[in-house]
Amino acid sequence: MSENILEMVNITKTFPGVKALDNVNLQVREGEIHALVGENGAGKSTLMGVLSGIYPYGDYSGDIMYKGEVCKFRNIKDSEKLGIAIIHQELALIPYMTISENIFLGNERQRSGVINWEVTNKKAIELMKKVGLNERPSSLIKDIGVGKQQLVEIAKALSKDVKLLILDEPTAALNDDDSANLLNLLTDLNKKNGITCIIISHKINEIKQISDQITILRDGAAIETLVKNVDEITENRIIKGMVGRELVNRFPKRERNIGDIGFEVRDWVVYDPLDEDRLRINNISFNVRKGEVVGLAGLMGAGRTELAMSIFGKSYGKKISGRIYKDGEEVFFHNVSQAIENGVAYLTEDRKNAGLILIDDIKRNISLAGLKKISRNMVVDEHEEMLVALNYRKKLNIKSSSIFQKASDLSGGNQQKVVISKWIFAEPDVLMLDEPTRGIDVGAKFEIYTIINQLVAEGKSVVMISSELPEILGMCDRIYVINEGKIVGELKIEDASQESIMRCIIQSTNKQEVTM
Amino acid sequence: MGNVKVFFAKNFERAKTAMRSNMRQYAMLIALIAIMIIFQILTKGILLKPRNVSKLIYQNSYILILAIGMVLLIISGGNIDLSVGALVAFVSALSALFSVKMGLPPAIAIVLGLVFGTLAGMWQGFWIAYVKIPSFIVTLAGMLVFRGLNNLILEGETIALPDLYVKIASSVVPDFIGGADSGLHLTTIIIGVLFSIVYTVVMILSRSKKKRNNFEISPFYLFVLKTASIVAIINLFMYWLSRDDGLPIVLIILAVLIGIYSFITIKTVAGRHIYALGGNQKAAALSGVKTKRVLFWVYANMGLMAAVAGIVFAGRLNAASPTAGMGFELDAIAACFIGGASAAGGVGTVIGAIIGAFIMGILNNGMSIMGLSIFWQDIIKGLVLLTAVAFDVYSKSKAKKAA
Repeated sequence: MSENILEMVNITKTFPGVKALDNVNLQVREGEIHALVGENGAGKSTLMGVLSGIYPYGDYSGDIMYKGEVCKFRNIKDSEKLGIAIIHQELALIPYMTISENIFLGNERQRSGVINWEVTNKKAIELMKKVGLNERPSSLIKDIGVGKQQLVEIAKALSKDVKLLILDEPTAALNDDDSANLLNLLTDLNKKNGITCIIISHKINEIKQISDQITILRDGAAIETLVKNVDEITENRIIKGMVGRELVNRFPKRERNIGDIGFEVRDWVVYDPLDEDRLRINNISFNVRKGEVVGLAGLMGAGRTELAMSIFGKSYGKKISGRIYKDGEEVFFHNVSQAIENGVAYLTEDRKNAGLILIDDIKRNISLAGLKKISRNMVVDEHEEMLVALNYRKKLNIKSSSIFQKASDLSGGNQQKVVISKWIFAEPDVLMLDEPTRGIDVGAKFEIYTIINQLVAEGKSVVMISSELPEILGMCDRIYVINEGKIVGELKIEDASQESIMRCIIQSTNKQEVTM
Repeated sequence: MGNVKVFFAKNFERAKTAMRSNMRQYAMLIALIAIMIIFQILTKGILLKPRNVSKLIYQNSYILILAIGMVLLIISGGNIDLSVGALVAFVSALSALFSVKMGLPPAIAIVLGLVFGTLAGMWQGFWIAYVKIPSFIVTLAGMLVFRGLNNLILEGETIALPDLYVKIASSVVPDFIGGADSGLHLTTIIIGVLFSIVYTVVMILSRSKKKRNNFEISPFYLFVLKTASIVAIINLFMYWLSRDDGLPIVLIILAVLIGIYSFITIKTVAGRHIYALGGNQKAAALSGVKTKRVLFWVYANMGLMAAVAGIVFAGRLNAASPTAGMGFELDAIAACFIGGASAAGGVGTVIGAIIGAFIMGILNNGMSIMGLSIFWQDIIKGLVLLTAVAFDVYSKSKAKKAA
């Protein structure tokens, strides 16, 4: 039983400008439940991507040994053939197909292309029984809850005769009953069918409860592996492993000169745009002073982006309520241009899909949100526009051949500088920056921090959303911790540490689980 | 010697980068010229005879007008309007209704036609932009509805229209100066000369402003070459027309529309918003572009253009007919794509669509003169459309690799 079913040896994987995995070693014993924990961006999902063939052999360096043999997966199909299945956080089911169709999708019970529905449905029922799914096999996926959808995914994996099951945040979207069910099922499958599991989760109490070993990743490196009944496994121990890095001086210094409250949001409530009964932002109130950087810390999916976007001209959500005050006066943003006119800017986390017009050049991207300022009678003064673009290109040090270079041809850091230029040119008083340094290299990060410092030195208010705790701690004057659509803590920078922030998050999650 | 070499090498490099950035535009122009030369040879010189050049303009004017409206739709996100042919028919039927059946003065009938065309466009824009029904479906429905309305109004008959319609569609600017003895329409030539003077002055002003602001400008000899060749083409073209009947009124309408819409797309905030919407809808919305409103007005404008085309077409036929405008939508859409618009949106120009429409028009005209069967004509036009877009896709993927 204690033989290793999987050994990942010295895995290194780089994305342009970022080392996502750095010489990671992972050993998983046959028949165990192995947990992977770490902060956002620690490399958990990337590591599982390497294992399941999402990043094909040659895309990374190092070796995967599965059942004692070196594997070179070219795609997911290759790893599936050996019985490795991955279930992603975002489920890969087709909403308008039935449960049984989904279970056998890509793996149909067929003879020369003709599906045998009798066998399909019979097998589907067997598998559904195995995972405890009480539904008709002909129900559509869209009509069953997320918890049951998760079970369909597992049934799908079982249909492929899975030996090693990887689950990425399986309980993130589930309520407590469904979570408990799922965890029971996993331990069951594990004990009865001998299926080895790797589970990625932020919910440390779940992990403590079910896993035999816990590997902690941090900054793309495997820090340590804790073994049940050998090592001490406590919350504090795990958090320390997750965040325990030294803070190097990666942040430019700034003199604090904090003024009055410049922007305030009260009693903000937002519902999910697709499911109007689902509360996404639950009564959040916060404020930012002039010359202050306020951080919104939290895990992915905590609701930070949804909060910022719903404030920014109702760009997200339904049934939005609450009040917004700017310089003490109430303001109303019914659409984005009203928010911009009132001096609010939002820098999106999704630079490529929602921040830039990639097929346009630098000049046009910079001027887009402030076109009115360079036009007379709605006619754009192109000379003025070029002057503006040249000015920002120089000021923000955008490395490019000219202002006529297409945004798609720039590196991530320079793309981000173009988006920041756009917003500075719109002359806002309040900037909401959502993951302003995601996916860009260290040098460019420092430059962007410097720009942020200049902005607050001019008396602007900055709200910074970041999943990198060191960045939040290095840049902010005050931090709100958000979890599951609520503010679960407000920390002055003097009192904040990675441990205290993680503790806020984890304690609020645990509390909810106990009370509900 | 060395200096000369360096000079040429430097300018060559510059010209090359300029060429590359405008490659698609130049490629279209080259294709247009190549097709003109091929058919000039194949038709044994008939294609470019003054008479035939006038005919090309009259024959294609309504497709050109539709292409202007259509290219804005395509820029705004790859939207198309399948109903424009039916709209052309609808507006020409309305013309008959107002001016003949109801006996209104023709000028008022024309204005009412334009208003109703715009309203029809707004109707479609409402469903597409605000109710978010795919444009393909809304305009497919529109195609049926407006064709049906045409038949309802005309009761299946063909009705002759007043003279004003015919004048707009198929007459020329009156010759104030005379010159009938020389066989030349002198007014046309003089308009051409005036136009080239205005063009040259505007170009020089724009260049000197760029210089003042220290922007990079193309070398002086290239500037002279470009301006001179455009002036030469304008004057040659006007001379050619003057050898026939003179400057068609519909060409003036077209020139004004091309001018206005080029200006809107290139110079105005509204134009920028259309490109931004097509380039990346999410980014545009998050930058304060009112995306729904832009889409709505682009469709309203398509209705207006279809109305103009409908009036011109009715005048050209001298009648409102139940079968008017059949298949026009496909010619207009093809013209835009041949002219370099991208089906994904965000890319395209009014001038490109015009060039595309002329390529289609010359193919039609040239093949007709040659007496090619209509079946072969369709096959060849289809293949030209496919080749043009395939070339576009290929050159884009190549450019991406190079970057």
